[in-house]
Amino acid sequence: MLFETLHPFILGFMEGTKKSFIPFDNRTAWLIAAVMILLIIGSAVGELLERSSEERFNSAVVRSFNQRIRSWWLMCAILIAGLVIGPTGTVVLFGMIAFWALREFITMTPTRRGDHRALFWVLVIFTPLQFVLVGLNDERQMFKVLLPIIAALFVPMRIALANDEKRYLERSAKILIGILICVYALSFAPALLYLEIVDSSGNLWSEDQSANKGLLFFFVLITQLNDVMQFGWGKLIGRNVIASRINTSRTVEGVIAAAASSALLGALFSWVTPFAFWQAAIIAVVVSLTGFAGGITMSAIKRDRGVRDFGTLLQGHAGILDRIDSLCFAAPVFFLVTEFFFTGHGTTVDTQAVVIWVTSFFI
Amino acid sequence: MQLTSRLLVAAAKLISGYTVRWKDAMPDTCQRIYFANHTSHLDGLVLWAGLPPHLRQLTRPVAAKDYWEKGWLRRHVASAFNALLIDRREVKVHQSPVDLMIREMDDKYSLIIFPEGSRNAKEEMNRFKSGLYYLAKKRPDLELVPVYLDNMNRILPRGEVLPVPLLSNITIGTPIWLEQGESKQQFLDRARQSIIKLRDEDE
Repeated sequence: MLFETLHPFILGFMEGTKKSFIPFDNRTAWLIAAVMILLIIGSAVGELLERSSEERFNSAVVRSFNQRIRSWWLMCAILIAGLVIGPTGTVVLFGMIAFWALREFITMTPTRRGDHRALFWVLVIFTPLQFVLVGLNDERQMFKVLLPIIAALFVPMRIALANDEKRYLERSAKILIGILICVYALSFAPALLYLEIVDSSGNLWSEDQSANKGLLFFFVLITQLNDVMQFGWGKLIGRNVIASRINTSRTVEGVIAAAASSALLGALFSWVTPFAFWQAAIIAVVVSLTGFAGGITMSAIKRDRGVRDFGTLLQGHAGILDRIDSLCFAAPVFFLVTEFFFTGHGTTVDTQAVVIWVTSFFI
Repeated sequence: MQLTSRLLVAAAKLISGYTVRWKDAMPDTCQRIYFANHTSHLDGLVLWAGLPPHLRQLTRPVAAKDYWEKGWLRRHVASAFNALLIDRREVKVHQSPVDLMIREMDDKYSLIIFPEGSRNAKEEMNRFKSGLYYLAKKRPDLELVPVYLDNMNRILPRGEVLPVPLLSNITIGTPIWLEQGESKQQFLDRARQSIIKLRDEDE
């Protein structure tokens, strides 16, 4: 609504300045501007907290807050850079993130000498190929089948050829989980840029898919804010820890409150998406819950390996996986929901179906 | 040459994703022997690339002549990082590797050596060859710096040609010297322990 009232002014302003200078559509530009302002405020607050020597601020919390703000700047820069270069640029950047995440994952997981050739295939051939397929955007959507069918069958075969039967199933599973989470799931995020979206009134949402950039930004924004809100609400009102042996900071209250706040944020930012505000709210809840799923799954993997976070696994490494775990899990679901309900393939949004789907998630 | 060595550093970084940690030691241009555990053909290149640029120019990895003189590419790579090639097969009396190293070091260069001799495929490090001891004895002024290379055996293990680009760690520790009255075996054991200590503190 705010957007509708402001829109004529914004349009006038943009036509007054050089419109071609901004490579996004207007809505995306506004969202990015809003995020930048929030980040600047966040950085300023972080700086103030760090300077104030008062005891009431927990220094560890301040440090992790500042770390997060810094990684958000980086994420924001990467997204904007990708958006400026065009969809191909975004795909390449996400490909690099996936490559780095998989590297972290495999480095943390013990492998045997016999896995070497399989790992070479996975890191050097399948990972780049997946993102090439995303960028090609062919009609059959080959990127959806390459890893879960071809790679999932190829990798166990390649390990078998290495003639080492020790813990064979376990080794195959480790590598496949790595590809699934770090590469396959993440590749759905840039794939959003190619969807031909039909909005809720049945019209093509954006002629050249340039508005999809805003949708991708919206998605990343919701997952990241949700991460923080889950943590924050958990600290404030959390009582019942969900899985204490896996992660002590994820609580039922935190997850529910964060889902509700995400719904609110989703509705608030719905002007950048093809969704009506109530649809955006429901989708934000889906993103919130799948984001939680990503966090708890990665916690389990880290616990199994006995590391606290991927950042401390190798000192000095950024720990990309710590930042994108929720993104990885939410991306395919967000993509598929959007594709199913908003590309004209499915019918109009069936609220009940979404509600059933979301609740089934917990059972 | 400058271009090739820059490309080499970039390639080493891409393939091995190393991070460098100076532990109770500082980068310095004084003459040093960096000695490290050896599990991969990439070890020398990665350790050399992990040094700051101004030290890289002054540091020469010691490598096996039979491997690095095979083919145009390897020869080119070896000369780009100014490798000191040692013939492992023909060790002559007056041309011993230690003498050659000391001569080539002059009063300027530092060296990177792998005292295990050849690449090791086992969990534990092999016993050290005696070269390090003789270097320490003939040039007592050299700082002997232990280095632990982590994960290189998974990136390019023995017998493989294609590297898997995982992440690795280079930990550089406190220098040691040959102590007064220390026997050859005592010294070599102590040197080996200094690397093991870096590994264990890592975990």
